[in-house]
Amino acid sequence: MAKITYLHPNGTATVVDVQAPNTVMRGAKLNNIDGIEAQCGGSAQCGTCHVYVDEQSTVPLPSMDSVEDDVLYGTACPRRENSRLSCQLPVTEELDGLVVHLPEAQS
Amino acid sequence: MAARGVVVIGAGQGGLDTVAALRAKGYGGPVTLVGEEPVAPYQRPPLSKGFLTGATRHDELTLRTESFFSAQDITLVCGDRAERVEPDVQRVRLASGGTLRYDKLVLATGSRPRTLPVPGMDLSGVLTLRTLADAEALRGLLSGPPRQVVVLGAGFVGLETAATVRGLGHDVTVVEAQRRVLARALTPQLSEWLAGRHRSQGVRLLLGAEVTALHGTPAGEVAGVQLLDGRRLPADLVIVGVGALPETRLATEAGLLVGDGVIVDQWLRTDDRSVYAIGDCARFPSARQGRHIRLESVQNASDQARCVAAAICGESVPYTAVPWFWSEQYALRLQMAGLTAGHDETVTVGDPDGARFSVLCFRAGRLTGAESVGRPADHAIARRLLSSGTGPSPAEARAPGFDLKSFVTRPSSPAPAHA
Repeated sequence: MAKITYLHPNGTATVVDVQAPNTVMRGAKLNNIDGIEAQCGGSAQCGTCHVYVDEQSTVPLPSMDSVEDDVLYGTACPRRENSRLSCQLPVTEELDGLVVHLPEAQS
Repeated sequence: MAARGVVVIGAGQGGLDTVAALRAKGYGGPVTLVGEEPVAPYQRPPLSKGFLTGATRHDELTLRTESFFSAQDITLVCGDRAERVEPDVQRVRLASGGTLRYDKLVLATGSRPRTLPVPGMDLSGVLTLRTLADAEALRGLLSGPPRQVVVLGAGFVGLETAATVRGLGHDVTVVEAQRRVLARALTPQLSEWLAGRHRSQGVRLLLGAEVTALHGTPAGEVAGVQLLDGRRLPADLVIVGVGALPETRLATEAGLLVGDGVIVDQWLRTDDRSVYAIGDCARFPSARQGRHIRLESVQNASDQARCVAAAICGESVPYTAVPWFWSEQYALRLQMAGLTAGHDETVTVGDPDGARFSVLCFRAGRLTGAESVGRPADHAIARRLLSSGTGPSPAEARAPGFDLKSFVTRPSSPAPAHA
């Protein structure tokens, strides 16, 4: 289980505990957090679960594979250095304390 | 009188996304979501893939938890059927006997599998695949020893199921009436390439083949598929994937305008101003195609849901989303952006032999669609280009070494490059 903070564009934060084997995307869906669409359901097809990992974050994340890298070419909000697809971030104990910023739009 | 609120009929992707978007936009009236299936809204795409192999469990398909509906004050009615819509009094009658009044009604009734008008469709062992219950039944039949499976129809459902079933070690034959697979959805180039992949996996593809009957055993179990050309294919399991029909009964009986789908305008309103229709069941005007079209896809249902929620909240914007689809067959990722019907020119970029390529489609020199295999960046970029109405010319795309990544990241790019 990991405590994950989702920061909305308006500055409000939602902090939830997410259990393995869920992803950061599914953690948002299961906890009724707006701002993640995930139209493809988490198969790295659509780019609508885009998040910006907080730049202060020191939480170790899995490295990005080429599919995720490719899909990030099509996000609705600009891709940045800290862009990730939240469906590609499986929750482990190590993710405890992760802070992600939700973009203004997903599609 | 108190607000009667919004009633949404159909608890698939479109219905669920409608009620979620209404609340996200701050809609404060009553919201009711009515679904015929006895389970909470779930994702359908994995039903032909991971769910059949057991890799994906039911709870992973569930789109929202129960707490979502209570927290958002959304009334979810599962396992009940909307029997009748009475537009004159803005009321829905349910099979259970209950009634629901509405200010706005959204029809998100989806589609149902077509069947073939041939004898034997009611034999045991003949299945269609749309619902969780369908998939559970199929999964049960696939868990035993190898079977002789005949898949009728080489559309997305047919081919995805064929690939999954083949992967489980069963003998698979696909019978398709058209001369190529996915004839309505894909360019001939991609159809041809994909057919080759299925054959290399040991799937028999019979194209241009018409089914005239299904044969059964005296016990009423399917035993074979009869083709018009005289061939008879042995089968102990037949999966019917010959397309879908829009669920329009409620709209028709309510006197709404219907014709292969509930006819809506660019704001997704039917000819009754209190009633909208979205997703598989709706036929809407496509500015890109210059005609009314109907699409069966998650993207279309989901984007139309947000569009209709905005309209109900007084922020009407016409529906103009770029259509896209995806499919997974074996280890192949197929992604389609835009609509390729009506193209007059194609350019293939990448490496078809290595299963990493895209077919770019043009009409009158403009990019109208892209089909990608194993090239997610091409798909992602094509969606953005189509949305902004820009893109390479066929001549640019044909230049040696061209790829969309470099096209949008070049210094003079007209495209919304943000990579």
